[in-house]
Amino acid sequence: MSSTVMAYDAKRRREVVTPEGVPLTFVVATRGARFGAFLLDYLFLMVGTIAVTLGLAALAGGFSAMEQVEKTGAGEFLMVAFTLFWFLAWNGYFMAFELGPRGATPGKRIAGIRVAARGEMRLTAEAVIARNLLRDIELFLPLILLMVAPTGEAGSAGWAGVLWFLVFMLFPFFNRDALRAGDVVAGTWVVEAPKVRLPDTLSTEGGARGASGVTGATYRFGAAELAVYGEHELQTLERVLRDDRAEALAAVHEAICRKIGWNPGAGDERAFLEAYYAQLRARLEGGMRFGKRKADKFSA
Amino acid sequence: MSAPTAIEAATLRSDRFRLAREGDWRRLETIVGCMESGRLRKLSDDDVLALPALYRTAASSLAVARETSLDAGTIAWLEALVRRAWFQVYGPRQGFARWFGGFVGGGLSKAVRAIWLDVVIAFAVMAAGVLTGWLLVAQDPEWYFSLVPSQLTETRVPGASREVLLKSLGTEDSAGGLTGFAAFLFQNNAGVSILAFALGFAFGIPTLLLLLKEMASLGAMLWLFSSQGLGLEFAAWISVHGTTELLAILLAGAAGLHVGRAMAFPGERAILTATAEAGRRAATVMAGVVLMLVLAALLEAFARQLVGGTADRLLIGGTMLAIWLAYFFAFRRDPEGRVS
Repeated sequence: MSSTVMAYDAKRRREVVTPEGVPLTFVVATRGARFGAFLLDYLFLMVGTIAVTLGLAALAGGFSAMEQVEKTGAGEFLMVAFTLFWFLAWNGYFMAFELGPRGATPGKRIAGIRVAARGEMRLTAEAVIARNLLRDIELFLPLILLMVAPTGEAGSAGWAGVLWFLVFMLFPFFNRDALRAGDVVAGTWVVEAPKVRLPDTLSTEGGARGASGVTGATYRFGAAELAVYGEHELQTLERVLRDDRAEALAAVHEAICRKIGWNPGAGDERAFLEAYYAQLRARLEGGMRFGKRKADKFSA
Repeated sequence: MSAPTAIEAATLRSDRFRLAREGDWRRLETIVGCMESGRLRKLSDDDVLALPALYRTAASSLAVARETSLDAGTIAWLEALVRRAWFQVYGPRQGFARWFGGFVGGGLSKAVRAIWLDVVIAFAVMAAGVLTGWLLVAQDPEWYFSLVPSQLTETRVPGASREVLLKSLGTEDSAGGLTGFAAFLFQNNAGVSILAFALGFAFGIPTLLLLLKEMASLGAMLWLFSSQGLGLEFAAWISVHGTTELLAILLAGAAGLHVGRAMAFPGERAILTATAEAGRRAATVMAGVVLMLVLAALLEAFARQLVGGTADRLLIGGTMLAIWLAYFFAFRRDPEGRVS
């Protein structure tokens, strides 16, 4: 899946050299994914806390009974449990999940992203605490001010406050790593952690190995016919083969045939493309071993 | 299909490379998956021992594959796998319990000492706030109503008689209703402290303003009570929880200021590095602040409302202050010299 994304996310890729000396690529999560994860998390929190509140109210005998119950010992205990629960839930939810081995809240997991320490540091408890303590000024204060300012209650000071806090709220849009204020203070960032499945090897299948299963024909391409394309086209072809959609296969088949001057037939597109893919890759990888790379069809 | 035949069948050298190592990669994926979902018991000792080696194998496979293979799907998968394994191998080593142990046993006081300059500045600003509040109200009692939040005033207003004021410092007959009050106070104060810290991000200036404002209302109330000759009683009343609570707010302000200062004057370091270092140190302090506020709220609700004598109250407050100061500044145990 991420192979399809690879081409478009060049701007968001960051290399970090691990202690083993292997450059590891991190992909900074998009602001959209983060906002989606955030909305999901707040949805979970809302539903969860309201459910518990209703449960506690039911224990106390309904909201109407709360007034009298509050004065009894048990009622008071419920009130305390309720107050502390809200505080813990709203402040602890993000910290508890981000400290876990996945480094992600449920919303982040669904969005395929996680929190990590910038650079090659470890993600520590302090960092997670710091990045979550700043949530208040990044979100709640601006939202409250945004609601208050238009009423004119706070006058021009209200608008000044809005501007001031919008700086925090819009902070992620003004730096290339999409850091929010909490990330800056904690030294963290949010990166993609997609669920990827290992795809099958394409060179062991069908037409790549020899004769086509449909027609029995064996496709062989000459050097000139393979020289027209580069790595970019190879990866496009890989994507098409892995997606395996008939119309895409047919379109690519026709395009390649036109380019290399073959007569496009019909019915055996997949075997043809598999064979072309395997032979083009063999040629390009052979070149690679000798330090010769061909980025795309335009390069020599 | 058996591995050797599949490897022979692969026409591409890079695919043969992959097929020969795929077993190890898959094993690493299983181990990492177990660790991520917290099912550590499912891992055998062999697996745990093999993890670092498997991780290094996968990392070097990735380096080789990048140079020899054009199979984008495999490289992307391998990249994701090495990344996931990296997070586990170099992830946080300690669980919450270990972290908390180190935090209480030296980590917190070390962090507080590390921001001593900010503590001094915050203290000066708070003292200035009390003085400002006092002077403003002394000049014009009308200031009292804009300085002190209305839910705190009740009967404590300028012009109230000595008896009324004294009664507002009194005790409750029983502990009923006080736990709820304590929970409310904690939530409120924790909110103010978190705000004071978070505002440090704006170079610390709003933090100082917030401290100034909070303390001005204290100064105003102090004036009110001392104008009726109740200064000492008021000080005793507030010291029961106040020494803990004000210290917590002081530390929260100092933590915010620390971050703000690092951003404004990063010195030799890059601004992001400086801010991150300061932020982590300050976050340790903030975790301590929240704990202190829990304690302060309990003291406020129970000890203050149940203990009536001025001397007793001063004793409790003074003892708490002494304990905190000793803990922060005299308790110099380094938790295993661990790098934080």
